[in-house]
Amino acid sequence: MAEVKLHGGLLSPFNYRVVCALKLKGIPFELIKEDLSNKGALLLKYNPVHKKIPVLVHGGKPVCESMVILEYIEETWPQNPLMPSDPYDRAQARFWINFAENKGAAVWKLFRSIEDQENTMKEILEMLQIVEEHGLGEKKFFHGDKIGLVDIAFGSIVHWLQIIEDIVGVKLFESHKFPGLHAWLKNYKQVPVVEENLPSRDELLVFFKGRYEKLQASARMQ
Amino acid sequence: MAEESVKLLGYWASPFALRVKWALKLKGVHYEYVEENLPNKSPLLLRYNPVYKKIPVLVHNGKPLAESLLIIEYIDEAWKQNPLLPDDPYERANARLWAKFFDEKCVPEVMGAFASKGEEQEKAAKARENLKMLERALEGKPFFGGDKIGFLDIAVGWIGIWGRIVEEIAGVSLIDAETMPLLTAWLNNFLEVPVIKACIPSWHELLEHNKGFHKILTGSST
Repeated sequence: MAEVKLHGGLLSPFNYRVVCALKLKGIPFELIKEDLSNKGALLLKYNPVHKKIPVLVHGGKPVCESMVILEYIEETWPQNPLMPSDPYDRAQARFWINFAENKGAAVWKLFRSIEDQENTMKEILEMLQIVEEHGLGEKKFFHGDKIGLVDIAFGSIVHWLQIIEDIVGVKLFESHKFPGLHAWLKNYKQVPVVEENLPSRDELLVFFKGRYEKLQASARMQ
Repeated sequence: MAEESVKLLGYWASPFALRVKWALKLKGVHYEYVEENLPNKSPLLLRYNPVYKKIPVLVHNGKPLAESLLIIEYIDEAWKQNPLLPDDPYERANARLWAKFFDEKCVPEVMGAFASKGEEQEKAAKARENLKMLERALEGKPFFGGDKIGFLDIAVGWIGIWGRIVEEIAGVSLIDAETMPLLTAWLNNFLEVPVIKACIPSWHELLEHNKGFHKILTGSST
């Protein structure tokens, strides 16, 4: 099998998604830690358009953008499928992945900017409400009895949201408001591959608190 | 064989609905077109797309799907003739990545130039910068899909029409032959393909419709 390398940052939710998928499929890979404040020449060569991590390099060929990478992994290594086989169900899974990508951005907005916080929080609550109402249904996971790409997409958003809530000092993802999602998250975090690879709350709190304080400081200087 | 029913809920002036029409026509799929009387959304639309409440919506044998690019991927999987996405996972990832880049980095900038009062030229310059990058995906091929029209051609093609409309109404330049020779040549080629050309709405009607839209967007900005 051609070599698989993942350029990423350990505490990035986007990176975590890819690690999860590779581990679920049992694909060996080398993780190349990228320091985001000092991006390596190799990373910039592989992702000249977006200049972002993660980048998966398979047999020397780079694939960018976490959810595009995940579909690439799914199509290249079909064992332990993470997407449904029926075309309509696959389309629905893609819909939710796309939704997670579009609406999940509000979580980072909450972290990065004090401006417009009310609206950003409203966006996050709306996102959670829609998924609670329309996304999960009666299933244990979005994918069914086992986790799939949709679970991975939302898992990274919600776990990081819980950290950001603490740092920013707001309460959005409350269990009485989103019982379905809370139950799902509990089950999700118990899946062995998830448990082993999800960065701990403490690690994330320390790292993101530091970055948050820097952002706040530079915002005050302007 | 069971009766197949395919319905497309769309709007005549929507480039996103046009993308789906192109996909259906290229596949030779017979469908019923339902024109939504926007902005008055029908109860049917709201039922079929409760999350975004937008067109286009494809309804295949009673099952609805939303989001134009996702609908096109579904069409490609449900009807195997005349494939739109390549077989190879790496090529598929590239097509998806460029479509994402177009939707996230080119379209908002073009819309920005169109909706702006006073900042049109700066926004158009940014749009041009990003549109120019798309030429990397053409790489000397007649179409993004290679020798035949593919997924990325359908995803991006509408910019040839709406781009000219924005140029005329907002007084900016978006796609010019001198700085974007490959893109210009591709657009001239693509928009003349009979099955593509046949779906394009009337230039004059689109122009008038968008002039009205422009007045609202720039007139009501504070």
